[in-house]
Amino acid sequence: MSVLDAKIPDGPIKDKWTNYKNHINLVAPANKRLIDVIVVGTGLAGGSASASLAEMGYNVKAFCFQDSPRRAHSIAAQGGINAAKNYQNDGDSVFRLFYDTVKGGDYRSREANVYRLAEVSANIIDQCVAQGVPFARDYGGLLDNRSFGGVLVSRTFYAKGQTGQQLLLGAYSAMNRQIGKGKIKMYNRHEMLELVKVDGKARGIIARNMITGELEKHSAHAVVIASGGYGNVFFLSTNAMGSNVTAAWQIHKKGAYFANPCYTQIHPTCIPRSGDYQSKLTLMSESLRNDGRIWVPKNIEDVMAIRKGTKKPTDLSADERDYYLERRYPAFGNLVPRDVASRAAKERCDAGHGVNHTGEAVYLDFASAFVRYGKEEALINGEESPSEDLILKLGRAVIKNKYGNLFQMYEKITDENPYNTPMMIYPAVHYTMGGVWVDYNLMTTIPGCYAAGEANFSDHGANRLGASALMQGLADGYFVLPYTIGDYLSHDIRTGEIPTDTPEFDEAEKAVRGRLKKFINNKGSKSVDYFHRKLGKVMWDKAGMSRNAEGLTAAIAEIQEIREDFHKNVFVPGGMDELNPELEKVMRVSDFIELGELFAHDALQRVESCGGHFREESAELDGPQKGEAKRDDINFAHVSAWEWTGDPSKPVLHKEQLTFNDIKLVQRSYK
Amino acid sequence: MKLTLKIWRQKNADDKGGIQTYPIDNVSEHMSFLEMMDVLNEQIIAEGKENPIAFDHDCREGICGSCSMHINGEPHGPDRGVTTCQLHMRKFNDGETIYIEPFRAKGFPVIKDLVVDRKAFDRIQHAGGFISVPTSGNTQDANAIPVPKIDADNAFDAATCIGCGACVAACKNASAMLFVSAKVSQFSLLPQGKVEANKRVLHMVEQMDKEGFGNCTNTGACSIECPKEISLENIARMNRDYLKASVSSEA
Repeated sequence: MSVLDAKIPDGPIKDKWTNYKNHINLVAPANKRLIDVIVVGTGLAGGSASASLAEMGYNVKAFCFQDSPRRAHSIAAQGGINAAKNYQNDGDSVFRLFYDTVKGGDYRSREANVYRLAEVSANIIDQCVAQGVPFARDYGGLLDNRSFGGVLVSRTFYAKGQTGQQLLLGAYSAMNRQIGKGKIKMYNRHEMLELVKVDGKARGIIARNMITGELEKHSAHAVVIASGGYGNVFFLSTNAMGSNVTAAWQIHKKGAYFANPCYTQIHPTCIPRSGDYQSKLTLMSESLRNDGRIWVPKNIEDVMAIRKGTKKPTDLSADERDYYLERRYPAFGNLVPRDVASRAAKERCDAGHGVNHTGEAVYLDFASAFVRYGKEEALINGEESPSEDLILKLGRAVIKNKYGNLFQMYEKITDENPYNTPMMIYPAVHYTMGGVWVDYNLMTTIPGCYAAGEANFSDHGANRLGASALMQGLADGYFVLPYTIGDYLSHDIRTGEIPTDTPEFDEAEKAVRGRLKKFINNKGSKSVDYFHRKLGKVMWDKAGMSRNAEGLTAAIAEIQEIREDFHKNVFVPGGMDELNPELEKVMRVSDFIELGELFAHDALQRVESCGGHFREESAELDGPQKGEAKRDDINFAHVSAWEWTGDPSKPVLHKEQLTFNDIKLVQRSYK
Repeated sequence: MKLTLKIWRQKNADDKGGIQTYPIDNVSEHMSFLEMMDVLNEQIIAEGKENPIAFDHDCREGICGSCSMHINGEPHGPDRGVTTCQLHMRKFNDGETIYIEPFRAKGFPVIKDLVVDRKAFDRIQHAGGFISVPTSGNTQDANAIPVPKIDADNAFDAATCIGCGACVAACKNASAMLFVSAKVSQFSLLPQGKVEANKRVLHMVEQMDKEGFGNCTNTGACSIECPKEISLENIARMNRDYLKASVSSEA
């Protein structure tokens, strides 16, 4: 039997959350004032949790490594947020959102969690509008929607290509209200480096003040980790430069199990890499696939001519182009889920059809959308027989209104005008579905330690659908944690303030100081980035879009070598007691190297293809689904939760069996 | 490309600081400005003689507002509508000398090298940059109050401010009016924000003055240098709101 208890409430799925809320313990308002909660991370999950918990009356201490909570990487989410509002009257419902999310996750998520997510999704939109989030509206003044990959309804709410920014600023404004009242104490430019446990419970953290270098002890009755995902283990990803796994990894090393680390989302629409100096990759919102068509030239001769510059993409006629997503997946076309679209792009590029000098790029073309919208606009304007130029002009204006900032961003980075020539895109690491294992309450395997948002593993299974990350972050922070954490804290009303002058805090601080000192005094010769790039290359080549046993075994050995070399030869300039970006990086990369190995172990162990995890050994060999991913529900319908043993090479696996009562497991088909 | 970089180095808040010169070659025109800085830092680390240059940066896609360099006398450099992280080296010429300094303003003290303290912006937001609505899950339906598209669009345009502080750095008076007015406008344009509009504008302006930001003389440099091209109309709207609130009995 597994030691993992997901604590899923009994009863029919549609009543679980309501019944559960009706029966949990509450904390009286006067007692909430006596209870402290630490929140690490101020993105959508951490920001919304901090604000909500403070509103309820708890004393919140919030931490972020950025210079302001408003800069957390949720800010960069572009496309939108899903909610089962059915404003478009296209048949949407809580059940459909639940179903799409479980199916999109390739049946590797927990039904009860996902249903709750779908259930609270509509509240999120109401809450955000009340906070002054300026969502896109139509001329009648009502909210507008668009469609995202893997679904057949329009349920995505958006604010141009800056939805994440607007939602985060909404949560930030809710935080500001509480900071102004003194209910949240905000610690900017602080990095959590250790969890402190007292009597087995999470009771505080050690955080480094990144300006002075001082190590600070902070105590609380519960600790929430909302520090985001670990995509930067690949070095190049669409994550921010500072995005890291450290908070999540440190709680893992203190007893929190880490679930499904190999579930990584490789996003199909990113700007292709251009050179070795590249520091990060830039995402172009999935919403572009609403109007853009993806293609490569059919003939290799045309590919070569385009690479040489003797032909332009606009020179090719429709029948010289291969709209491969529309060809392979007629039902969903360009709006297949992200994992499917990414693999299809890789397949075409591996076959030699990539359209730039690296051979790793496909076209995203808006030409037909310009014409479609242009004709529509012309009719609205009363133009019965508009010229081609006018149609193009009107159509471009519509696209500009929808995706203006994305087109501008593309032009600034690539120096090409996407209104005149198709964009070039290629998949890149974007999001990690895996994360800290949590139960239905979002509590980790450490009592009193919670994980929310991308940092946990619970809602997206093996593949996340577009516009669902924002939904989950805000659901966790606004509507789930505030309830579940109260149930736990109701036992702490008599505890009183947790002192920090205890052996537990002293030891934790000493351990952190030791780690920092070791790196500062290391007599190495290679920079932190040297090792990070090396790790990233192993991850991308052997644990990226397509994985096999041989590659993963080799990856484990190579990562072990990198780790050894890193600890011997890394060089960190500067001192401990000052602002020292290299010291910050070395601590993060040290954790990424350990996580990278666990990632490879997890991928090796899962001998099936599901969602973003594609094992070459497990593909359909013939029939209409030939070449598509093949799941193995008999042996792998479980969550792989890994326990830290003290040796990064010897993690111990625990399994949480997934049961599906409300959704039938079938092959995920988007044909 | 070969470049000469003249970069502001300052050990800490108390250090006087000064410009140092760094030659760099092998710069590709496709690099972003910050990637060029990465290459320089790798070079400095390899030489091992001094510490690499500290600068703020995070998302590197122009939305987090972390990066904050004053390049050749302009916040975020010579290109328009972009942050430093989106500025590319193709905007410079081979052999050029580039001056790189931190954002300079009384309200933004230097922490180290090119890193400045912008907490003043947070404090202005604490003073009123919000709508007082708790998380209840029982707020009314999002479509209960239709918002005219033009108001929603204008509110959105104001709300795209990334809080980088370029407006302050560009202004000869180090005024924060564009930043503050963007937040004030976003809320005062929406029905949900109108309820507290008077109180909000008075409190935020009061905090802005306390932080030591200067006054606006309508030269418009802020809007030109703003990476999100926030319009000066917001300042006009805030001045109107402020005047109205000052003479209103409720505030």
